[in-house]
Amino acid sequence: MEQIPERQQMLGRANPMLPMICGIERVKRETHDTFTFELTPPCDYSFAPGQFNMLYVFGVGEVAISVSGDPSKKEALVHTIRAVGSVTKAICKLKGGGSVGVRGAFGSDWQIDKAVGKDVVLVAGGIGLAPLRPVIYHILANRAEFGRVSVLYGTRTTGDLVFRREIEQWRGRFDLDFEVTVDTASADWRGDVGFVTTLIRKASFDPLETVAMLCGPEIMMRFSIAELKKLGLTSEQIFVSMERNMKCAVGFCGHCQFGPAFVCRDGPVFRLDHLEPLFGKHEI
Amino acid sequence: METLEPILAEHPFFRELARPDLHLLVGCASNVVFEAGTTIFREGEDADSFYLIRQGKVALEAESPERHSVIVQTLGKGEVLGWSWLVPPYHWCFDAKAVDLTRAIALNGKCLREKCDENPRLGYELLKGFARIMAERLQAARMQMLDIYGTNT
Repeated sequence: MEQIPERQQMLGRANPMLPMICGIERVKRETHDTFTFELTPPCDYSFAPGQFNMLYVFGVGEVAISVSGDPSKKEALVHTIRAVGSVTKAICKLKGGGSVGVRGAFGSDWQIDKAVGKDVVLVAGGIGLAPLRPVIYHILANRAEFGRVSVLYGTRTTGDLVFRREIEQWRGRFDLDFEVTVDTASADWRGDVGFVTTLIRKASFDPLETVAMLCGPEIMMRFSIAELKKLGLTSEQIFVSMERNMKCAVGFCGHCQFGPAFVCRDGPVFRLDHLEPLFGKHEI
Repeated sequence: METLEPILAEHPFFRELARPDLHLLVGCASNVVFEAGTTIFREGEDADSFYLIRQGKVALEAESPERHSVIVQTLGKGEVLGWSWLVPPYHWCFDAKAVDLTRAIALNGKCLREKCDENPRLGYELLKGFARIMAERLQAARMQMLDIYGTNT
């Protein structure tokens, strides 16, 4: 019986279109509509922060989800998923002991090596913190390699904060500036309320020696880019993670075409100067 | 005698203001401290001043349709609290409450308006500063209203 998964894995590696079946070890509810799934990874699986997998719910469909776990922990493959479409809603109904098909890892990564020796600013909106979480893990595991590190996280309400326990731990560290802002809050909230760009203005970094990584709704990234540029960053210092409707994940089908690029193959992480003429264009 | 002029000059809002203009304004300025939980002003009250926050955090609150107080914005060190002193009928539009111990410089609105009437160039400089803040906050408020992190985006 054990030969079947092995054979599947061999085929899976040879054929990027063939999903490998992964068991769901654990499911953690993050918010009312967002869940973190810990899967048993395929044999020899590895990923770089920023990359994504195609998760397949058999009989329903497939969806591209960034890996949100620790890249150094090979024993678990972690995805954080918000139930918004038919596939993600079906995934979020699955429980520990179930299984999903996994293809990946695909796409480009955050190129953390380019941030070594520099200040780092991570700007996340909503579920956009998930693809940046592996970056945080990596930086904290190699803290001496980086300068000042700021994580600026915006969500709709306090009830929409993901990774709440970890955020509390990170906010308690002296070597990480983790700031949270929400769009609106009840009067007993003691944190910040406002758009995430207001946090950028307050963050400490040397604009000449900083790498910024942005993940969230495009409109949020557009305003964040404007703010970062106002403070002196150039497009070469800014990385963005794009979201498009990805189907094949290997640049065959064209569903995720973004100008001359395929987001699945050339992205999802782009250095801004490679994307800038198209960024924010309504026609694209 | 030591005045508040050096402190005003350090605040980001006044950083680009010429020294003679600051000198004119300093007569309208006073040091204020608000303990955490203190209400600084309430919606509908006379807006007779604005505040340059030096330390701490202030929450702007509005009443939700369910009649609960909701925070619509927080302001901190280096930011400006209040522009209703500039726009008739000079009434506050929100409640403001100190979230943490907050130190600020209060500038008397009536005093400032008189100085601006006497010195339109100073008035124009101040208006430019407030127009920038108002534009930024309007843009931020629109983003907050749009629910950009929501399920329909």
